[in-house]
Amino acid sequence: MKMELIQPFINAADAVLSQGLSGTTKVGYLSMEEDAYRRKGVAGMVALTGDIEGRIILDLEPQSAVRVASHYAGADLPESDGLIKETIFELANQVVGNAVCALNDQGFHFRVHPPLLLTSEQGDKSSEDVEALMICFETAMGNVFMNVALRYNKRRMADHQTAGA
Amino acid sequence: MEQFASVKRSKDGQPVRYLIVDDSVFARKNLARMIESFGGQVAAEAGDGLTAISEFDRTHPDIVLMDITMPQMEGIEAAEKIVQAHPEARIVMVSSVGYQENIVAALQRGARHFVQKPVKPEVLYEVIKYVLGEDGAVATAAGSGV
Repeated sequence: MKMELIQPFINAADAVLSQGLSGTTKVGYLSMEEDAYRRKGVAGMVALTGDIEGRIILDLEPQSAVRVASHYAGADLPESDGLIKETIFELANQVVGNAVCALNDQGFHFRVHPPLLLTSEQGDKSSEDVEALMICFETAMGNVFMNVALRYNKRRMADHQTAGA
Repeated sequence: MEQFASVKRSKDGQPVRYLIVDDSVFARKNLARMIESFGGQVAAEAGDGLTAISEFDRTHPDIVLMDITMPQMEGIEAAEKIVQAHPEARIVMVSSVGYQENIVAALQRGARHFVQKPVKPEVLYEVIKYVLGEDGAVATAAGSGV
């Protein structure tokens, strides 16, 4: 997976989290995921289709998710509150939306799908075509994990090249 | 949340009434809090484009804040249908998917403005004043509003 695809998502997550959580964020670590994705807590997944296809997962450990959602709500939320899931969904949506804008400026076209709750403990295994990169953002309210698995849609890219020739 | 000088309707000094359309409960609550800080009133909420059309017909809000990516019917299509039926409708698209194609498509189909998520209250406040134009009035320090 090329860095040109990943960097807009890192930039977008940094901007969205810094603004929303009123503090600085730091990229703690990056790692390539070779094994199937293992959910850490409250996870929202956004799928992309178009010139680039794949999915982005934003995943927070349960206590971090409660702290983040409570911060946005302006009140302490219990762990069972449905607004916690909604908050993570919307953050995922904002990160993907902002990243897609940057990629669109580079000529890539997409459709962004509404976020889905990731309920299974374990996701799909990465493949040669879909490598997954895990990025951990350290924030004052806990770690935010972003798992990015994207690939070029070869047919669409070939169509573009033909049209441009 | 920061408080802003209230924006009222010029014609009667009443709070500006909003329809908030977003499939995210979180986003709707967030926008509702901003609207309250502007002195506005939430007339109705909707979680998809189809419901937005029926809620517009029912409540006739002064402003619609409309997301783009939603189930059932997306925001741009819903905006187009609302404006076809109500050319005077003031629709502000509020979306994280703010690339040029989407913005142009929304404006061509009748939306009045576009605000990128995450929404900064001060940006939305200025957009609302702009979209209301002479139909909106910012309250004075004395709070007359008109």
